[in-house]
Amino acid sequence: MSKSPNILLPALGVTGIVLGGAYGTMTRGYKADEAEIARAQAQAAQAQLVEQRAMASDLKTQIAMVQDTAKAKIAELEARPAASASLTAPAPEREGAFGLGREALVEELAAWDVDVLPDGRGLPIGTGNALDGEELFADRCAACHGDFAEGVDNWPVLAGGFNTLADEDPVKTVGSYWPHLSTVYDYVYRSMPFGEAGTLSPDETYAIVAYILYSNDLIDDEFELSNKTLGSFEMPNKDGFVIDDRPEAEYAAWSAEPCMSNCKDEVTVTMRSVFLVNTPEDGGSESVINDATPEGLPSFTAAGASFIPEAEAQPKAAEEVAAVAAEEPVNEAAELIAAGDKVFKKCKACHAVGAGAKNKSGPQLNALMGRKMGSIEGFKYSKVFKAAAEEGRTWDATSLSEFLAKPKAYMKGTKMSFSGLKKDSDLEAISAYLASFSE
Amino acid sequence: MDEMHKPSRRAFLRGSAAVAAGTVAGAASAQSADPLITDVQDWASITGAGVDETPYGMPIEYESHVVRRNVEWLTASPISSINFTPIHALEGTITPQGCAFERHHSGAIEMKKDDYRLMINGLVDKPLVFTYADLERFPRENHVYFCECAANTGMEWAGAQLNGVQFTHGMIHNMEYTGVPLRALLNEAGLGAAGDLKDKWVYVEGADASSNGRSIPMEKALDDVLVTFKANGEALRMEHGYPVRLVVPGWEGNMWVKWIRRIEVSDTPTESREETSKYTDVLEDGTARKWTWVMDAKSVITSPSPQMPIEHGKGPLVISGLAWSGHGQITRVDVSKDGGITWETARLGKQGDTKALTRFYHDINWDGAPMLLQARAMDETGYVQPTKEQLRDVRGENSVYHNNCIQTWYVNAEGIAENVEVS
Repeated sequence: MSKSPNILLPALGVTGIVLGGAYGTMTRGYKADEAEIARAQAQAAQAQLVEQRAMASDLKTQIAMVQDTAKAKIAELEARPAASASLTAPAPEREGAFGLGREALVEELAAWDVDVLPDGRGLPIGTGNALDGEELFADRCAACHGDFAEGVDNWPVLAGGFNTLADEDPVKTVGSYWPHLSTVYDYVYRSMPFGEAGTLSPDETYAIVAYILYSNDLIDDEFELSNKTLGSFEMPNKDGFVIDDRPEAEYAAWSAEPCMSNCKDEVTVTMRSVFLVNTPEDGGSESVINDATPEGLPSFTAAGASFIPEAEAQPKAAEEVAAVAAEEPVNEAAELIAAGDKVFKKCKACHAVGAGAKNKSGPQLNALMGRKMGSIEGFKYSKVFKAAAEEGRTWDATSLSEFLAKPKAYMKGTKMSFSGLKKDSDLEAISAYLASFSE
Repeated sequence: MDEMHKPSRRAFLRGSAAVAAGTVAGAASAQSADPLITDVQDWASITGAGVDETPYGMPIEYESHVVRRNVEWLTASPISSINFTPIHALEGTITPQGCAFERHHSGAIEMKKDDYRLMINGLVDKPLVFTYADLERFPRENHVYFCECAANTGMEWAGAQLNGVQFTHGMIHNMEYTGVPLRALLNEAGLGAAGDLKDKWVYVEGADASSNGRSIPMEKALDDVLVTFKANGEALRMEHGYPVRLVVPGWEGNMWVKWIRRIEVSDTPTESREETSKYTDVLEDGTARKWTWVMDAKSVITSPSPQMPIEHGKGPLVISGLAWSGHGQITRVDVSKDGGITWETARLGKQGDTKALTRFYHDINWDGAPMLLQARAMDETGYVQPTKEQLRDVRGENSVYHNNCIQTWYVNAEGIAENVEVS
């Protein structure tokens, strides 16, 4: 415990007043005749000296007083029992309840408490087989997971991958990896289909789960999956998991005092970043393959880098690029299309447009304007689009904007999981953008 | 000068327009009078923006590049995806909510406080339903914690992949949370029905379409888990679970269930999709670790880094970085400039909170020679952040999650940094 702040504060206060006075004298004389200034300064200095002597004597008395007070204060504090130096404390707890909240009703529990445990507890009564499941899967799941659960684009593969877990690129599917069948039911029932979660009945869920098992060659097409058979079904990788063993396998070995010098003889670069990442003004990123190799880079020893490589060829200076861009004429239509290109990022995961565009989990969008709704051959449309096709409805800027503003309201039952574009400017831009692909 | 620097940051991260600018910025003596000083500038003459021009302030346009960014090809759809915190451009330790990374399984949902319900059921004396207003009446606490996605740095298992600390280490944020200890809510429902709490679990579940659910052992649930409704002093952002999210200090981000709607006391883990098929770590022999919840000690240099080249040339250089541990406090960070041959102990900005980001600095006089920059964290348990080699020796390369390796940046003589792997 330091005593000094208590003593210094009053002392500094006095000094401050003295110095302030001297400075005031000086500044008042600014720009006056030099001899006069000197005289005034001498007088002021003399007056100060007298004043300071008196003050010094006063100060000594004061310091003694403050020291005495401080000593008394310290003695008093030390005499106290270890009183709380801080008033911070965790949130207080109660023996009993606060009486907050209300009791959950049976029907509320039934609505939300639907998770299924590994032993099958929590399963609703129901049944389904792979034959029923095949049709459901094609209708509700295949857009992303493929007709045979093989996965479309980056969407999860659900079948196959057996004996690959120790390979360079393991294929982790329901069949090859998932340890409990309860998890599949639980996830499909609560969280699938993507964008339409919670719309499957228990029987439909049993059937879809049965189809996934069938796709993995784990059951035949007559096997009835039900609340009676699911809990005891054994998955191939059920014994493939160990509980976190980092404490034994890693922590003990990696807790020694680390090396600080001469930890290695020489260090070389063995790999350079696979991708350079461009970070555009309007957000997101673009990955570009990096051609550079570790060859030509220095190695390192305790003495530092083995050599300093010559500067690489400089790319065109950024400000020049910016200057060229600024000179281009501003074209409103082009700007709108460019804005639409950005908006289309939201659609890209499921839709392709432009030369050679193919159907993804959504239909390709070339020559969309004027196209009959639900008319791309080979694409599995939802019922609402099939109906629209029969009615002969077509896509134009108006219908497209209405649809994209609230897809699920405009086309009730659409498989498209997109929630909609909120800004009118985005709707206008996307229409202009898609209209630009007229062939 | 700003105008010259701006494009170079936004050009390719390895872009070297920085070099020319560097020599100018490094000069301490001026050849001719600086017009920024000698000419009366507009901002010193005409008036600026009035109050209320932006009722909720956003960063000035010159900082518009400091944003979350995603890497589109990593996932099938932005609705079930992740983006990255611009940690290269942030300082201190607190992450502003607006640029803190997002991870959604079925998109970020818009839920009003009035529509919020939290159910506690299972092995409790009385199943309860709380409204948002109810939660605000429990005694609350404030804590700063980091939230790191288990997959942060996951790309790097297969070697140096993405050139930018935002992309290698940006699945992390660090905020001051305000919330109610989970144990208070469990106590409110009564744990008598659960009997011996030793082998009991709580299953926590979100209200969004993914209904992301995770099982948490009772010991952790009664320890430091918080049911939170504020971050950095204001309401949670939609993308972080507004109005209420779970905070599970030191443990992987997936367990920090957003829009939390239900907490069930159980005698067994649920073995949900997110704790079996995902967030389990495949080892070299094909077996997988499960229940790998804790995020081990880790650190990374945020500047210089690929997105933060040295633009000032030789001389004083601030090496700045972040360190954190799910086991407690960071006690020490060492920095190497030669790829791990020689280490020097860095200065901690301030003693970090437990399970929160700690800022470290290493202030050097750069001689302009190439460097292999690394940082190595130690936490209060004595654990030392491992090298990639150490991790791969134990786990192979297919774990996806929990990669807390020492990261290396190669900084060349022009001050440009690149993500590399070293011998």
